Amino acid sequence: MRSGFVITRVLVLGVAAAALLYAVPPLVKTGAWVALAVLALATAGLTYLYLTKRHVPAKYLVPGTVFLLVFQIFPVLYTFTVAFTNFGDGHRGSKVDAARAIERESLVEIPGAPDYALTVATDSSGKVVFLLVDRETKRVQVGTEEGLSDLDGAEISLTGKVIEAKGYEPIPAGERDAEVQALAVPTNRGAIKSSGLSRAIEFEANRKYDLACDCITDKVSGERWVADETKGYFVNAKGDNLIQGWRVNVGFANFTRVVTDPNISGHFATVFVWNFAFAALSVLLTFALGMLVALTLHGGRLRGTPIYRILLVLPYAMPAFAMLLVWRDMFNADFGLLNRLLGTHINWLGSPTGARFGLLLVNLWLGFPYMFLVTTGALQAIPRELGEASRIDGATAWQNFRRVTLPLLLVPLSPLLIASFAFNFNNFNIVRFVTNGGPYPVDNNLVGKTDLLITYTYRLAFEGGSGQFGFAAALSTFIFAIVATISAIAFRRTRAQEEIFS
Amino acid sequence: MRATRVAGMVAVLGLLLGAAACGGGTPEAKPSKDKGNGKLEIWADPKRTAALKPFADQFGKENGVTVTIKEVAQDLQQNFVTASQQGSGPDVVVGAHDWIGNLVQNGAVDPVNLTAQQKSSFEASAIKAVTFNGQIYGAPYAMENLALIRNTELAPTAPATIEDMVKAGQDLKAAGKVSEIMCLQIGAQGDAYHIYPFFASAGGSLFGTTSSGDPDPKNVTVGSADSVKAFTKLKELGEKGVGALKTSIGSENATPTFASKKCAFLVSGPWAIKDVKTGGIKYDISPLPGFAGGKKATPFLGVQAFYVASKAKSKALAQEFVANYVTNKDVAKALYDAEPRPPALTAAIDMVKTSDPDLVKFLNAGKDGFPMPAIPEMSAIWGPFGNAEVAVVQGQDPAAAADAAQKAIMAALKK
Repeated sequence: MRSGFVITRVLVLGVAAAALLYAVPPLVKTGAWVALAVLALATAGLTYLYLTKRHVPAKYLVPGTVFLLVFQIFPVLYTFTVAFTNFGDGHRGSKVDAARAIERESLVEIPGAPDYALTVATDSSGKVVFLLVDRETKRVQVGTEEGLSDLDGAEISLTGKVIEAKGYEPIPAGERDAEVQALAVPTNRGAIKSSGLSRAIEFEANRKYDLACDCITDKVSGERWVADETKGYFVNAKGDNLIQGWRVNVGFANFTRVVTDPNISGHFATVFVWNFAFAALSVLLTFALGMLVALTLHGGRLRGTPIYRILLVLPYAMPAFAMLLVWRDMFNADFGLLNRLLGTHINWLGSPTGARFGLLLVNLWLGFPYMFLVTTGALQAIPRELGEASRIDGATAWQNFRRVTLPLLLVPLSPLLIASFAFNFNNFNIVRFVTNGGPYPVDNNLVGKTDLLITYTYRLAFEGGSGQFGFAAALSTFIFAIVATISAIAFRRTRAQEEIFS
Repeated sequence: MRATRVAGMVAVLGLLLGAAACGGGTPEAKPSKDKGNGKLEIWADPKRTAALKPFADQFGKENGVTVTIKEVAQDLQQNFVTASQQGSGPDVVVGAHDWIGNLVQNGAVDPVNLTAQQKSSFEASAIKAVTFNGQIYGAPYAMENLALIRNTELAPTAPATIEDMVKAGQDLKAAGKVSEIMCLQIGAQGDAYHIYPFFASAGGSLFGTTSSGDPDPKNVTVGSADSVKAFTKLKELGEKGVGALKTSIGSENATPTFASKKCAFLVSGPWAIKDVKTGGIKYDISPLPGFAGGKKATPFLGVQAFYVASKAKSKALAQEFVANYVTNKDVAKALYDAEPRPPALTAAIDMVKTSDPDLVKFLNAGKDGFPMPAIPEMSAIWGPFGNAEVAVVQGQDPAAAADAAQKAIMAALKK
């Protein structure tokens, strides 16, 4: 018993240490010292915790806490920090990356320069050099970071590859790529750089980043683009910017945009009201139908109850994504099943009322089996004597349900209903796949009549242009605050209810 | 006691996972400046991966390196940009040319240096499509554009004008042979790509042009008087008009409706041919007709291209592969065999055109096509334009729709 105890601990902690050590080399290589320190501390803490006999409660609490940190707190904090930046398409990387991309884009081949066949080689000191053969004159030169010099006695192939040259060792394709890419052989007009494995080109850079003025200068036009750290762009005197930008902190700009942009704040109230109604009605309708069916089958007066139960759970068992698309097609005005069955020609998803009704219908179909399942479970736990007792006291079936069954059902089910509300409040999939927020008024392609805050956020952040992660994060923070507030209030009320009925 | 031990074990393993997740997400992690050790990684969508495999292996063998191809089924562009940024991206990526604007603004791809001879071996429009800010950013390999596909049993002759086509469709509908006048996908959100040729034929335009002939994002013309006239023409074809354009026909049902002989005309591209063939229909392909007395119905020209990632770990190999290897006509032919989109290399077109008459017809339909603008501003067009399209097709005021679209595009561009 005792030895088994030791062996399991040694084994588990051994695996833990090994796995944690596995993460060390990449962290050291990339110089992520903070992460490394965190890792070391965590390992030490873990080892101590699971080797000591003390702190028994902590042994249970730590794993859950870590999961909470990693999967809940960290994403929330990360989203929150991103909300203060302009992170998004055009502003993903650092300024250095942007400047380099601009310089690379401005490289032009010098017209009339020789066409060089390239052989990458190392010199006697092991440094990477270019062996360059002018394809026309067959002149062989060595290119280093100092410049070009002639090379005599080299043996070259038909394609211009240097097969042998004294003092130089050709290297295999793709090796030492970073050094090959970094090598620019200076010439009096520009520089020779490699292009692939067998070609080198004499380039001239038209734009250059200058550290002194923190700007990009164009050699041809003389124009200057100065780094603007508030926008994350290089901007010229006219106020135009180069498209390559970088990530900067923008303070509360994303949050103020949510509040001040009339495109967003102007529609916030209507979207919010529909969003709230959608979530509340979804929960109410699915719960009502699910409970009704559960009560019907619970009576035990029906034959073939198991078969009914299986049939009822079917919608829940089918892949929701596919079902949403099937429903969308069923609503189609000309080709849809609904209009064909009814013999009507209604553009269901084309009118605000029709589209909202459609969404609720689809959500009811998708959601009631879950409510049916949990209600069935909860019903089993309610003693039948309670119902019998109230009947003897003269209660009608309705009174019995209203005063005895429903309150007892709500005790275990309330948290589930709150969770269901929170889920439906952010039910992205159903809106995205069935209506995609539509129908849209003619003067507004950003906010549709069935948009939820989450689909609206998604469109604002990713479709009305390109991906704007910073702005999306700010909007998400707002939604998070709303859902958290509603859930907190709801949970408070449930607690009060539990106190009454338990 | 036993339970404690089990819980302890679970906990440690859980913590491990947690720590690993933490380590992975650490923002300090920078792309490693690894020396290229003879590895080339290519990302492509599922259709491309299978076709590329043999050529990638051959390239690997020739150069003594290992080539891996990763299939990315969803959101290849976003995944590439994000992975690239974190330093875990590929060396080469395959994608549509209208990605270029976004890829360049994120510094994700490098210019490709083609020789003058290489440039001249491509169709001129393909080279124009992959040129951005004066640089060629990708090696084109396939082209695609819309054309008119018609059921020759129902409509034996190709219509010369849109009016002719609508008339033919109406007659067929009246005779009970079809249920729709034509199949042009619009859907509930609109589809700017598919309606654009008709819009252009009616005189509408998206952008003005710069002095160099490129689309000028500073001059949006969706709300111009000419564009309003074009929207009015679309309204006449719409649900409250002759009923040729319908929002109930979308991407999900346009081709199936045509393939089940419920409409005689389909506006689509080479990608629809497979389904049309499966439907067992006798079909022909012709250039899209324009309005009588109007301009030409110019479709957008799309080009599929290979790109060199700017954060490639083996850039020399990537450049070699893109500039010198996939510009080879045999590779272009193999990619064509995997999915029949017209090759961008003139020599490869010559190789396949005898065996595939459809290809020549699609090329012919795209002859006057104009390369889809690769500027990032293009992404601001689709939503507002589609919304205006839906509004006029449903019979609303064209001037109001065009004006709203213009304002929405300007607002999106200003951000």
